[in-house]
Amino acid sequence: MNKTMLLIRHEFLTVVRRKAFIILTLAFPVVALLGILAAQVIPKMITPTVTIEKIGYVDNTGMFSGSVTEDQLQLVPYNSEDTAKTALVNKDITDYFVIPSNYLATGLVQRYTLKNEITPSSATQTVIRDFLLNNLLKGNDAAVVNRAKSPLNIASTTLNSTGAVAARQGGFAALILPYIFSILLMLAIFTSSGYLLQGLVEEKENRVMEILLSSVSPRQLLAGKVIGLGAAGLVQIVVWLISTNFIMKIASSSFGNVIGSLQVPPDFLILGIVYFILGYLLMAVLMAAVGSVSPTAREGQQMSAFFIIPVIIPIYFMGLIMEHPENIAVKILTFIPFTAPLTVIVRLGLSEIPIWELGLSILILILTIWGCFVLATKLFRTYLLMYGKRPDLKAIIQSFRES
Amino acid sequence: MYAVEVNKILKAYGNRAVVNDVSFYVNQGEIFGLIGPNGAGKTTTIRMMMDIIKPDSGTIRIMGEKLNDGSKNRIGYLPEERGLYKKMSVMDTIIYFASLKGIDNQTARKRGEALLKRADMFQHQNKKIEELSRGMGQIIQLIVTIIHEPDLVVLDEPFSGLDPVNTQLLKDMIRELKSSGKTIIMSTHLMNDIEELSDRLMMINKGREVLYGSLAEVKSKYRNNAVLVECVGEIGNIEGVTEQRRHNAAIELVLDAKTTPQMVLERLVAKHIVVNRFELATPSLTEIFIKVAGDEHE
Repeated sequence: MNKTMLLIRHEFLTVVRRKAFIILTLAFPVVALLGILAAQVIPKMITPTVTIEKIGYVDNTGMFSGSVTEDQLQLVPYNSEDTAKTALVNKDITDYFVIPSNYLATGLVQRYTLKNEITPSSATQTVIRDFLLNNLLKGNDAAVVNRAKSPLNIASTTLNSTGAVAARQGGFAALILPYIFSILLMLAIFTSSGYLLQGLVEEKENRVMEILLSSVSPRQLLAGKVIGLGAAGLVQIVVWLISTNFIMKIASSSFGNVIGSLQVPPDFLILGIVYFILGYLLMAVLMAAVGSVSPTAREGQQMSAFFIIPVIIPIYFMGLIMEHPENIAVKILTFIPFTAPLTVIVRLGLSEIPIWELGLSILILILTIWGCFVLATKLFRTYLLMYGKRPDLKAIIQSFRES
Repeated sequence: MYAVEVNKILKAYGNRAVVNDVSFYVNQGEIFGLIGPNGAGKTTTIRMMMDIIKPDSGTIRIMGEKLNDGSKNRIGYLPEERGLYKKMSVMDTIIYFASLKGIDNQTARKRGEALLKRADMFQHQNKKIEELSRGMGQIIQLIVTIIHEPDLVVLDEPFSGLDPVNTQLLKDMIRELKSSGKTIIMSTHLMNDIEELSDRLMMINKGREVLYGSLAEVKSKYRNNAVLVECVGEIGNIEGVTEQRRHNAAIELVLDAKTTPQMVLERLVAKHIVVNRFELATPSLTEIFIKVAGDEHE
């Protein structure tokens, strides 16, 4: 095994054996599974014993009659408001409503209750509405009455510019999937590059660096760290992706179509991994540069914020990116190396990104990574063995010139 | 072929030359001392030899060739600023660093066990590095340095921070390395250690070579015209002796330019003084170091 491979293996195993890494990797699927479990179990645990609550009504129009029972709610007619009020005070009924004589003109129904609430419960509103509709549409076919109760189910289909059905169909999946993925992508990139920074500064503080450099070149050491820790981050992302699909299957069986529609398209998956790798490599080489010039872990973390903030900028523009994925500002974010990974992931869920845009974005990222790698290697060689003090910007620029 | 051949190396940071026009060679199988005050440029010289820092000019050849990936495996390096992975076990540490020098795990484990037994630390092989004392950690670092049986061993301030017991253990191990034919370069500012162990030496100060040669050559160059005498009774005035200095039991007699040690001995005998010890007074390396470093300072 060559030296770079040995370093990769060492860095990879060191990180994946860390408790923090294992906990973070498993936290997402475990918490999601617990959430699903809780959503299934808790309602059963808290379902009250079935008791039918009674709601009284007083009809002043002479148009409404009958008694409806729906969702454990029963409507009971009263002849006058006084009798209804007495029944309410005696807790024979939970609430009552009055249909005034001018109801047809105003649609107003006056409700009285002993409960202190923000709005009437949806069950209460449904049973009252259905009661009113049943009476208003008396004499019509039952199918017409049912349709009047639920008159609209929209099924939208997005077409592309040629009139064919588009690959991206929008909807809840298009909204939530990029959101979840951008958070996971960001988390994985920052975790892996954070480990690199931490490992590098620790090796500096522990004085291991010089012993390593007597066996391997700075370039081998940097490559070993970047690839080894990147592989650990990739494992994390793959675990999350696989568990997302698995969790969605469980969720769709539990929650029906809404969650079931959350399927990860293959191109989304592939580009997600491509942008994870590129985003991680960019952050990793920058963290290596930061680690080279930072005398302590604390200073390293402070300096790393300078590069982390640009990466999370697309989070602040999430609304714009989701509503106007073709906006020029969004396109610019696609080409800026720091903002490209998150922007592309969010855009991918909502619209098809032209191939040239993806190609150019990836090319700019690769060139930036290479440039940063060259600079980071120079900083690595110059400042890795400088203990206890941080060079200022002038000294760093001078060292670039000299090298 | 020399083990190390350094030719006119120069390293400057900005306008300040840290190592300036330094040349030396190290024979195979010898212990070579690199001495100098703090900040003299010893560590920078060693780092350039190890290809950790690139010289601005000059050449360095190790075992006859420019340092490469293969020849790096023939060198064991114990840096001045040293440490190990605190959370790693002793044996895992030895195996990992051996693997970076091209040694397979099985061989590394076997050699590691032998070296741990030699240092009487075999029972600590499964302990984490952070559980060891500082001295023990330094012995593990020496084991890591020599686990791949290198032809050239470079030790930068090897005795710093060691107690007398571990210092002696380290010295014994260095002697064993020499007797097995290894070449050793040892950098230190502790002159006694160099005097005790090294065959040849170079002293650098402010980045420049100020002393270079075998121990005997260096001492001879800085020898005073003086003798050390241990005798019974008072010496009194002796012709040709300009000064008498007492050093515990011995008296150092400083001679004038015309007087030889032989002449002084004859004059002592002629005065019926019983002489128990008579030897040429040679300066210690510490004295030479202070003199040279002091002269440079002036």
